[in-house]
Amino acid sequence: MIELDVQKTLHSANGSMQLHVRFTLGRGQFGTLYGPSGAGKTSTLKILAGLMRPESGHITVNGSPWFDAKKGLQLPPQERSIGFVFQDYALFPHMTVLKNLMFALPKKADPAMVRRLVEIMGLEGLQTRKPAELSGGQQQRVAVARALVQRPEILLLDEPLAALDLETRLQLQDDLAKLHAEFGFTTLLISHDIGEIMKLSDRVFEIRDGNILREGSPQEIFLSKKMSGKFQFTGEVLGIERQEVVYIVTIRVQMQVVQVIAGESDIRALKVGDRVLVASKAFNPILYKI
Amino acid sequence: MTTWQPLLLTFELAGVTTALLLLIAIPLASWLSSTRSRAKPVIEALVGMPLVLPPTVLGFYFLLAFSPGNAFGSWLNEWLGIKLVFSFGGLVVASVIYSLPFMVHPIQAGLAALPHSLKEASYLMGKSRFTTLLKVLLPNIRTSLLTGIVLAFAHTVGEFGVVLMIGGSIPGKTRVASIAIYDEVEALNYGNANFYSLILFLITFGILLLVYLTNGGYLKKFWK
Repeated sequence: MIELDVQKTLHSANGSMQLHVRFTLGRGQFGTLYGPSGAGKTSTLKILAGLMRPESGHITVNGSPWFDAKKGLQLPPQERSIGFVFQDYALFPHMTVLKNLMFALPKKADPAMVRRLVEIMGLEGLQTRKPAELSGGQQQRVAVARALVQRPEILLLDEPLAALDLETRLQLQDDLAKLHAEFGFTTLLISHDIGEIMKLSDRVFEIRDGNILREGSPQEIFLSKKMSGKFQFTGEVLGIERQEVVYIVTIRVQMQVVQVIAGESDIRALKVGDRVLVASKAFNPILYKI
Repeated sequence: MTTWQPLLLTFELAGVTTALLLLIAIPLASWLSSTRSRAKPVIEALVGMPLVLPPTVLGFYFLLAFSPGNAFGSWLNEWLGIKLVFSFGGLVVASVIYSLPFMVHPIQAGLAALPHSLKEASYLMGKSRFTTLLKVLLPNIRTSLLTGIVLAFAHTVGEFGVVLMIGGSIPGKTRVASIAIYDEVEALNYGNANFYSLILFLITFGILLLVYLTNGGYLKKFWK
């Protein structure tokens, strides 16, 4: 559980801005900071990681205080249980992939964790390569694996998927979801991609000009305004099939597979693997007593 | 009569000075590249002073400071038994200060050019500042370190004014090659002067050539 309530004056090229962020994220939850650039998202992550010192407020993680302005307490980054995936990945250029991972392993810790992460992230063939010899997507996988080597309580991701092509991004999103489920850390992601946020997050914090404007589930943040008063589920397109003049779209909604009829204009923007919202108006559904 | 002694002394002085400078310059450059202290410009100006000040000015003040007739000099002499005027030790101290910017500047620039995230990533892995500097930062500024080492070494080889002021020209103790050349020319022994000069010329050319070959990646291409 992360409880964060901090203030800091940020100085940028466009003058100074008052950052005042306050949020709570439950243990094991996946949270996302969403908002325009320069809103204070990266600063929030850095404050949580101890790389930046806020002026006032407090941070408590799983019951232990990490920062308390009143008591003058500021836990150094070395003592915070955090895995950080930087926007530029921050892989050490002079070390091979394996050495990058081993460097992150705490003294006397079991190297089995490194082997497990190499396996999950599919890095077997890349272990002896240096970061400069890897593609962006591969570097990203190494950075995520490296951030998890110390089994952190919290994983922070600073817009790590922004620079990747769609396919690589989707693959990594799946991997992130898998890792999150397997290791149970609390995750805080910075992202601009609504599809990605819908796919991964439990909770979204919309941040603007240094303040948290709204918070809620991804559906509440991104869909509530347009679609209030309707049934809605998010699902994944499994298949699109043409039948005479209409198309039948097969969609997985949680554990159910449903088929929905769509017109040609709807289909144009859709492809297999897309996240979609299945909505229905209130007079359509049929009720059965069970 | 020519002897190898002044040349050996020159390279001994340059070697000792460079080694000491590495130890001093790495922490100093690391501090300068990351600090937000108000003292930074003052320290930077002091480090850079030897670039613009005539060497004789430095030498003159060293001479005054280290002289046993002075409070600091006599304290050194009485308490530590160190005599820095007209001694090899004095030459080393003066050379370290005189060549400081040549070692500090490349290292500072190299460190400042590294992305902050490297350092931050290492801290978040629980590594101390020292471990981070040693294992993450320094290995990534190898060319800057090499440049610093070579410039400091070469600059010490080429120094004249400071050495003359504080060291004088005592054979085997403070008579380095650059002083020997001056003495030989004054005594009209052009042949001897040429002997020292030519060797200095060739060795420094060799060192610099090696550096540019290494930094340009030519050697790697050759080995492959």
